[in-house]
Amino acid sequence: MTPVSLTQMGNQKQAEQKWGNVSIDSVRLTDVRKTFNGHEVIKGVSLEVKKGELVVFVGPSGCGKSTLLRLIAGLETPTSGQIDISGRDVTYAHPSKRGVAMVFQSYALYPHMTVFDNIAFALKIQGLPKDEITHKVNAAAETLQLTHLLRRRPKALSGGQRQRVAIGRAIVREPDVFLFDEPLSNLDAALRGQMRVEIARLHTKLNATSVYVTHDQVEAMTLADKIVVLNAGRIEQVGSPLDLYRKPANLFVAGFIGSPRMNTLKARVRDVSADAVKLDLPQTILSVPRQSAEVPQGASVTLGVRPENLHLATEDEDAHLNGYVILIERLGGETFAYVALKDQEGDPLIMKLDGEVSLHNHQAVGLKIDLNRAHLFSEDGQAIGVSPDFAHQTDGSVHV
Amino acid sequence: MYSNKWIGSLYVTPFVIGFLLFTAFPFVASFLLSLTDARLQDQLGAANFVGLSNYSEMAADSTFRQSLGVTFAYVFITVPLKLAFALFIAVVLNFKLKGIGLFRTAFYLPSILGGSVAIAVVWRFVFAGDGLLNQALSGIGIGSVNWLGEPTTAMFSIVLLRLWQFGSAMVVFLAGLKAIPEDLYEAADLDGASRLKQFFLITLPLLTPVLFFNFIMQIVQAFQEFNGPYIITAGGPLKSSYLLPLMIYEEAFKYFNLGYSSALSWVLFIIIALFTAVAFWSQKHWVFYAQDRDDKGGH
Repeated sequence: MTPVSLTQMGNQKQAEQKWGNVSIDSVRLTDVRKTFNGHEVIKGVSLEVKKGELVVFVGPSGCGKSTLLRLIAGLETPTSGQIDISGRDVTYAHPSKRGVAMVFQSYALYPHMTVFDNIAFALKIQGLPKDEITHKVNAAAETLQLTHLLRRRPKALSGGQRQRVAIGRAIVREPDVFLFDEPLSNLDAALRGQMRVEIARLHTKLNATSVYVTHDQVEAMTLADKIVVLNAGRIEQVGSPLDLYRKPANLFVAGFIGSPRMNTLKARVRDVSADAVKLDLPQTILSVPRQSAEVPQGASVTLGVRPENLHLATEDEDAHLNGYVILIERLGGETFAYVALKDQEGDPLIMKLDGEVSLHNHQAVGLKIDLNRAHLFSEDGQAIGVSPDFAHQTDGSVHV
Repeated sequence: MYSNKWIGSLYVTPFVIGFLLFTAFPFVASFLLSLTDARLQDQLGAANFVGLSNYSEMAADSTFRQSLGVTFAYVFITVPLKLAFALFIAVVLNFKLKGIGLFRTAFYLPSILGGSVAIAVVWRFVFAGDGLLNQALSGIGIGSVNWLGEPTTAMFSIVLLRLWQFGSAMVVFLAGLKAIPEDLYEAADLDGASRLKQFFLITLPLLTPVLFFNFIMQIVQAFQEFNGPYIITAGGPLKSSYLLPLMIYEEAFKYFNLGYSSALSWVLFIIIALFTAVAFWSQKHWVFYAQDRDDKGGH
């Protein structure tokens, strides 16, 4: 029996004692804070990652997502709060004693060692017998299609191959938790897409708990079981990718998740009824259906509409908004049209239309909003009520 | 409009003149002199061509054999000691501590002062019979030592003068240490490698290009050491610190044997060239370059 599995068993026992039937092998952060030189970069984060889950931390540069990952890895120590891994308090434990393995953005491969030695490094440090090391490294290399490269040095590898070596180095350690720090950001777009698929496949195969940091919301949406949106050291929202897309808890999440980003329109509340909020917009009055909404009359609010929920009004329809096309982006399968509203300042609205749609620049257009799929945000940016179309679509675990 | 070619040539002229006058000419002249019996006080025209007899004379010269042995001993002691010491200080100064910049400056200071004549004179005062070192020793109740009067301690004093100039090697090591990416150590931390293992498995291999550079520089400099033995020990006692450069100097300017002295300098030059060549040849076995020029295809 290897030392690794012994530790795992120990962890498991401890976890069962402490948490009973609560899922083991998970990461739990309790009010974690981190201050650098008097500047608080992590402002009280509490979070749980279940066993086998792939959780993605996403957010803009400087939001603290990498710091949070490094806190879990043990490369940083929290100023306060607690970190549990597999039911064991590891807040102050050495990085190697946490049962985690990390894939670095720069890959952090040892340039003077061959691929084999890079992957074997941790096992050699653990003092495993030689044939066991060879067996494990070969198995990992096979999984990652690295077998023919084992004798090469990192400098003789392509970016994607280096990335796979970095993953191989993590795999052989059989960690409880995999940590990925923006692993694809040094790759070109095509390779990134390919590696994304490989990581997703690998996750399904190994079924290991993973925490993945990225600033790329497409990566987050496609890979995650659960997305954690971070902003300025705080969690803005936690949820499944579709949950976040359909029911963003606030304007930040609404703007960050989804590409092109959600359109926003300033409005004022004219009237609130049991199942709708009536809004005054510069061009029109709209009744936005809500399942529940508490918002005072006269309050200024923001109406959010995804590009795919804006339609061109047909000739016999009354348009909600009128404007003219200022730019058309044809991607083949779909077309993005940028529409400036008549007599109004501000960003143009972005529409996602069919690839074949006939439009030209400066064309006057009428827009219809799919009001059942519209989002409403209060003045402080928090979501107001739930749209009827989204109310029953997901598991209902709205985190507001 | 001026031609750029001429302007460029004009700019390099001072160097070319200096090189021809002070490097190329003495280089050729010393070799020619080494084939003659030229004496410093005579006209050059009076010198006779003697072929390689100056060189064959060395084999029988016991002073030369003594000097050669002392020189090798000096080089083999000082180079590893100085490299190890410089590396040690560089590693310490690479720690992220408050005010570390001050220490870096302080530790580099001796190298600015270097092994100049003035420092060598100070060194003689320190190691003299009634010098600072003996006064300090007697202050703590240890009897005084005749530092410059005993063969081993005399050598020790000039070895120490060389170690004292560790700064330039240290700065190069420090730059090398700083060039090693931090995340390699973080990855090693996660892999469970102790600090000591990290040093031997990561730091040292990645530092070999810098180590190689420093090694060459130190070998070349150590073979040419002159100030220490000339000023502090005068090569003594019993020629126990009579390094080859000092012998070259004395043969030329004390005994006026310009031909023999030139031959000695050529022997020293060949020794240094051999050591450097062996070091360059051996580097493929122990020096690791992160970006090899001739190794793009991998292994």
